[in-house]
Amino acid sequence: MGVLATGTRGEILAIKIAVCVKQVPDPDTPPSAFIVDESTKRVVPPPGTPPVVNGFDLNATEAALLLKDAAGGADVEITIIAVGSEFVMDVVKRPLSMGADELVLVDDPSLENLDAFATARVLAKTIENQGPFDVVLCGRQASDWDNGHVPLVLSEILGLPCISFARNIQITDSGVRVERSLTDGYQVVEAPLPAVVTVTNELGEPRYPTLRGIMAATRKTPTTLSLGDIGVTNEDVAPSLELTRLFVPESERNVEIISGEDEVDAGRQLALRLREENLI
Amino acid sequence: MAILLVVAELNGNVVTESTGELVAAAKAVASDGDEIVVAVLSDDPAIVGASAAGLGADRVLTVQHEALAEMGAGSFEAPVAAVTAISNSLSPAAILLSKSDFGSNVGPRVAAQVGGGFAQDCIGLSSASNGRISVTRPVYGGNALAEYVFSGDGVQVLTVRPTIFDPASGDGASPIESFDAPTDVGKISARLVETIAEESKGVRLEDADVVISGGRGLGGPEPFEQLQALADVLGGALGASRAACDAGWIDHSHQIGLTGKSVSPNVYITFGISGASQHMAGCSGSKVIVAVNKDADANIFKDARFGVVGDWGKVLEGFRAAVDDLAVS
Repeated sequence: MGVLATGTRGEILAIKIAVCVKQVPDPDTPPSAFIVDESTKRVVPPPGTPPVVNGFDLNATEAALLLKDAAGGADVEITIIAVGSEFVMDVVKRPLSMGADELVLVDDPSLENLDAFATARVLAKTIENQGPFDVVLCGRQASDWDNGHVPLVLSEILGLPCISFARNIQITDSGVRVERSLTDGYQVVEAPLPAVVTVTNELGEPRYPTLRGIMAATRKTPTTLSLGDIGVTNEDVAPSLELTRLFVPESERNVEIISGEDEVDAGRQLALRLREENLI
Repeated sequence: MAILLVVAELNGNVVTESTGELVAAAKAVASDGDEIVVAVLSDDPAIVGASAAGLGADRVLTVQHEALAEMGAGSFEAPVAAVTAISNSLSPAAILLSKSDFGSNVGPRVAAQVGGGFAQDCIGLSSASNGRISVTRPVYGGNALAEYVFSGDGVQVLTVRPTIFDPASGDGASPIESFDAPTDVGKISARLVETIAEESKGVRLEDADVVISGGRGLGGPEPFEQLQALADVLGGALGASRAACDAGWIDHSHQIGLTGKSVSPNVYITFGISGASQHMAGCSGSKVIVAVNKDADANIFKDARFGVVGDWGKVLEGFRAAVDDLAVS
């Protein structure tokens, strides 16, 4: 893995950042339109709803761009890495249109149903193939399977320190300094580079692509790798958990709708009803 | 005979209630003759071990190392090394941790070392054939449930969602043994520098009996001041959806949901929240959910006990007036 390129006075000259992203079904699909095909154990996206880049992965992209903004004279190169199949080019190019430099796609039909451990192994091989990198950024979890453990397993495979749930990241002379988000505050954690850092939404909203960014992304051709290119074996992609059933739990609508002469009165009636139930 | 290893979670000098829940979860998949072992990681386990001994496990193993102070939180490298060493020594069938900051960080990394796969945030466990465990976990932000069975040969590692199982307890005290910390427990590359608590003013969200919560439908930061005022009058706390926090309308310390806080008040009153599953995962422990939303088809009405279909501002106006009248009368 990479070591920061430094000048004669120890100043940082170049930082290479990898950002791992995943294409997922749009999580804003309303629950009423969320359909599972139980026979294939797959989610069926509603017609005309394209996939998106996982939200936390866009936060990770934003974190990389913030490091680039703050780098001063240093040359920061941001490589986006996505592992999967059936990529929609406009979707996976979004990080490029936000300002990332390169896009690497590991595209193989067998990656469609990859479990988290196998995903981490394929990402590790891709990072070794495309590196060295100084920092590997990942979203804290993906909105499809909500596993939240690919980056942690990845760090163990790569033998790198991992700091999770970053809401702020700084590159310093001695490594990386991260504010990691807690439910009641935050922790400051430092690690030497290279390191894996997972990013949470508390970092701030990802920037919108500019027109110039979109034009630049259109002109860029992603590097597409096959599993053979990066030396992934059948053993690497063997699942450690078998999905035996996927279903939508039934819930009964059991709501008492409260009305009034108008909306203000409905609010009044609601308060009285809650008092009647000793809830307020 | 197999060993099921529970990694205790500590709150100061005592194990948390969620540790008892893990013992209960382990009992749910244990066969006759299986042994349940609770591991306590601490810089001073002597004072913790006693509380772990009352959980009804067969044995308590304590590991002492200064790098395990606060359970190695923030860095997590020391507990990963300690649990990996215990696993290599005991060869358990499974390792159970709580779905907490600790468990969700330590579990996957231990699983990467001991090699049998990892299941996050399990809400159901059962034993499958050949000592394998079958788990149920929410996926797609809670829109769906997935059932998995561990298919490899290695140690099965999983985290269990808190409050799903009733905590186990034992009649007598389990025997306590110490386990020598491996030398790599002290070799840390990621270091915790400091922890900064951002305690919210007033009632803590997690302890509140009444939570007033607002979402994207509120349209801006000002309405949250009105909701805060209402929460104050009711002796409650203010919550928010992730969308409202990400928009900068309200601080992230108010975020409720899958990746925010989990609350379990007597009543959870929402204004302008559509009820995405990711949000409901954080408030499903509420006794009663109340929804105010202009869209009668909004998902929140599926989970709500009481609801008003209408403009949040007008409904809040009437609600607040009635609350003030009730306070006077």
